[in-house]
This record gives sequence, structure tokens and C-alpha cells, in this order.
Amino acid sequence: MKHVQQQYISKTASQLKPSGIRKFFDLASQMDNVISLGVGEPDFVTPWNVCEAGYASLESGYTAYTANAGLLELREEISSYLLEQFSLHYSAESQIILTVGASQAIDLAFRAVINPGDEVIIVEPGFVAYAPAVTLAGGTPVSLETKAEDEFKITRESLEKAITKRTKAILLCFPSNPTGATMSESELKSVTDVIEKHDLLVLSDEIYAELTYDETHYSIARINGMRERTILISGFSKAFAMTGWRLGYVTGPEEIIAAMLKIHQYTMMCAPTIAQHGALEALKSGREDLERMKKSYRQRRNFLVKSFNNIGLSCHMPGGAFYAFPSIQATGMTSDEFAEKLLEEERVAVVPGHVFGAGGEGYVRCSYATSIDSLQEAVKRIERFVSRHQQA
Amino acid sequence: MNEKEIEILEILEENARIPMDVLADMVELSVEEVEKTIKRLEEQNIILNYSSVINWDKTSGKDGVAAMIDVKVTPKREVGFDEIAERIYRFPEVKAVYLMSGAFDLSVQIEGKTMKEVAFFVSNKLSTLDSVLSTTTHFLLKKYKHDGVIFEPEQKDKRIVVSP
Repeated sequence: MKHVQQQYISKTASQLKPSGIRKFFDLASQMDNVISLGVGEPDFVTPWNVCEAGYASLESGYTAYTANAGLLELREEISSYLLEQFSLHYSAESQIILTVGASQAIDLAFRAVINPGDEVIIVEPGFVAYAPAVTLAGGTPVSLETKAEDEFKITRESLEKAITKRTKAILLCFPSNPTGATMSESELKSVTDVIEKHDLLVLSDEIYAELTYDETHYSIARINGMRERTILISGFSKAFAMTGWRLGYVTGPEEIIAAMLKIHQYTMMCAPTIAQHGALEALKSGREDLERMKKSYRQRRNFLVKSFNNIGLSCHMPGGAFYAFPSIQATGMTSDEFAEKLLEEERVAVVPGHVFGAGGEGYVRCSYATSIDSLQEAVKRIERFVSRHQQA
Repeated sequence: MNEKEIEILEILEENARIPMDVLADMVELSVEEVEKTIKRLEEQNIILNYSSVINWDKTSGKDGVAAMIDVKVTPKREVGFDEIAERIYRFPEVKAVYLMSGAFDLSVQIEGKTMKEVAFFVSNKLSTLDSVLSTTTHFLLKKYKHDGVIFEPEQKDKRIVVSP
């Protein structure tokens, strides 16, 4: 029966590779006493006032669809939030769509701009969903590998090298999952003329924009000549600890947003109403909670990165997100071996770097969105593991 | 008071048993610097004590009752409420004393072994003080949250164990 069913599955779907993270999820979920540094979301639960706003919206009967683009009141709030926090000007009426997580925004953006054969540059190591999203939209993902010696930032040279005649767009994600890399104003400006010269579209996934610890986030859309060619994607998941609410948004040039809205209205109708009411509260009065969580991430980052360097896993100081990306080369293992053995022998779950694409091999992703007590215990276990396996 | 000192205080307030080297890494100072800072904060009576939050309801062999007493008093010239507050907080069974705005003046928290013991304290020790005009005693039935700690917490991490 099984092979009969197989014939119904589309070529695109059957050629899609399952995420490398899945394997570790299956392994780790069968074990007890696992400390997981493999979780890509905040350890905080959503601030209570946001949850209350969700309840209140249900009690008031807000259980119907919203406008396709989302509640106008929320789009207005996002518009002023982007202006206040990041000096970005976007119209609530014509340039913002609320989406089901930033993930849907990425999917929408690619579907709205890619023609068959178009190439999209993906910065790697990078989030696992970008390349498949390009493929599903009919495009070809092209990897731009970033390196530890550049602190996983893109450079003019690496960018030039990835560009071909068919390159349509580049996807940026800074602060980065999994490397935690950030790019400052001047670092961004050092590559924007290349982007302009080749007339590329920019998809900037700034979901971690609020979680930067050393410098304030600077959006590429602020740079002259970039705003007209940048689709900016963000959401509430990371900054406000709202991953399960599934609410993101996308802003950009009017024509592109209009094209995305057409797809969105047919395929999604609108983002969840209850989540939109929660998000409204988060923007109106979530700043204090956000700062509290951010402070805690920063403290835990400092501890974890210092500890990794102390125990012989060389690790750059990530400027944002909540991931450390230490090198495991001292053990001589592949990232898969490292992650599997660490899980088996010491019950610590990390994500092998290779699942994040080119340049990820030789590293593992460790989330510090977990309690300081768990981080201390994890470091102890990893230290034991590394000293046992360190190459002479 | 600088930012690092406040950060140290916040971390200690949440977990006074945090190892010094971990605390030092978290705030990006050396262990010596952190220890010196903490010592100074102790000397300045900014850090007063390191105590634990205990759920005595879960223990056996140590039963007790607690009450919050609203106390109305006559403040005195020169010393205001401070003198009467001190006369109250000196009793060892008194766990906390706060000066309040509103319908009464002092909020007094007391713990005793039995209800009788608390009643005895109120009628014989507290009410008999010269400045005390009246008392209203509320017995505490159940503690849900104390000093920011939830007593029956669902500590389980509800996240899936590995995610992108």
C-alpha cells in the first residue's frame, strides 16, 4: 500500500529533505534527565498581561476573522513601534501584513517574488527553513558561507562570489540563528553597494532584532537605497516570548506587500485573531518585560560563552539572539557525532551545526534560553565529555 | 549605585546561592571584583540577609499559624511612627512590620505555634501598648506566592526538547 501512496506525492515534496533537527528531537525525547540546549525559543512564558489580553479578547467575543492584513489598530501600533525602536517608516494601511509567525512571512515573500530559475542567496549557517522555502517557491537557493574568523558576518568578497546573473534576492538574518552574529550599521553599509550594483532584492529576517546585547540593532532598511528593495520580516515570538501564538509580520515596498497580500488572502485569510489581540498588548506595555528577559539572556550568554572557551570549545561572543555557536574541532568529531555522543553519554542535547548549512560543520548550536542552573549543569557535563574526548 | 551593582543585587535576590564564579561571568566582572562588591553591599546594610523561602505546609512536625494584623496607632511628636513600630518589631514572633497608607497605620505579620498563641500576643502584648488604638487580625489560610516565589509551581518546561 505504501508505495502506491508514494506515487501521489509531488516531486517537490518528495525531494524535500527532512530537517536534520528532527533526528535529535526523536532521540532526545526518548531519554530522561536530558538538559536541552537545543530549543530555539525563549524559556520564559508569555508575559501575563499579554495572556490576559488574549483571554479578554475571547471574553469580548473577538473570535472572528480580522482584515486580511490584520487588525488595523495592531498595524498602526507596529508602524509606530518600528519608527520608535528602529527609525523605520512604514504605512499601517498599505505596508504591513500580519502573518502566522515570521515563517509564513518568509514563505509569502518568496512566493511573491520568485520566478522559476531565480537564485536566492541564503546566508549560512542559517535558519533551516530558508532554503526549502526558496525551493518550494520554485527558486534555487545559493549558499553564502560565513566564517568564524569573520564572526559569521557577510563580507563584500563572499557576497560578490555568490552572485550570478540569475541572482534575484538575498536573505539576511541578523542577529542570526544559529550563530548569534549581528551586523552593525557600518558593516551593513560595506555590502549595500554590492546589493545595489546587482539590483538585488533583500529579504531581511529581523526576528531577533530586540535581542542584541552589545549594540542596538540597526535595520538594513534604514540605509539609503535599501528601503525600496527590502522586505522586512519580524514577529512577536522571540522578543515577547510568544512563539506558540504564531504571529509575525512583514513590511516593505507597497507593490510587493500588495502582491504578498493577494497570496495571503487566498492561502491564510488572516493571522489568528486572539494572537493579534495579545500582540497589541505586548507592543503597548511589554517593554519592561522585554528588557527583563533581555537582561537575563545577556547574563546567561556571558556565562555560557566564557565557560565554553574555558573548557576548550572556542566560541565567539554572539552579539544577539540566544545561541552560542562553539567550535567542536578540539574533539576531532563531526558535529553529528559530537551531538549524538553528548546526548548518549551526558544527556545534553545540542544541535549539530551542519543542519544549518554550509559552514556549520565543526560547530554545534547551544541555546542559552534555559535556566542558569541548567546551564551550569550542562557546562559540567560538556566539560566532562570534552576532556574525555579531547584529542591529544 | 552603578548598573553592575544593581545587576548583582537582582541576581542575588533571585538566587542567593549562585556560585561566585558563575555570577562573575554573568555580569562580566572578575570573582574578586564581585566578592568585593558584595562585601561592601553587606557592610552598607544594602544586603541584609540571605534567607530561603520554605513551604512549611509540606513539612511535618512543625505546624504554625500566621496572621496579618492591621494596627491603628497614635503617632508621637518627633518620632512619628518609628518608636511604636520598633516596640512592635522587637517581639521575636513578629515577622514583618510595614507602615501603610490608607485605613490603618501599621501592618504587622506574626507567626505563632497555635491560634491561641497569636490571640495571646494580640490581646496581651500588642493591644496593651500605649499608642495602639485598635487592631484587626486576619489569619492566613494558604500561601500561594511569597517573595515572588509561587508555592505550587508547575515547573515543567512545556517546550519541545529540540526545535529549529
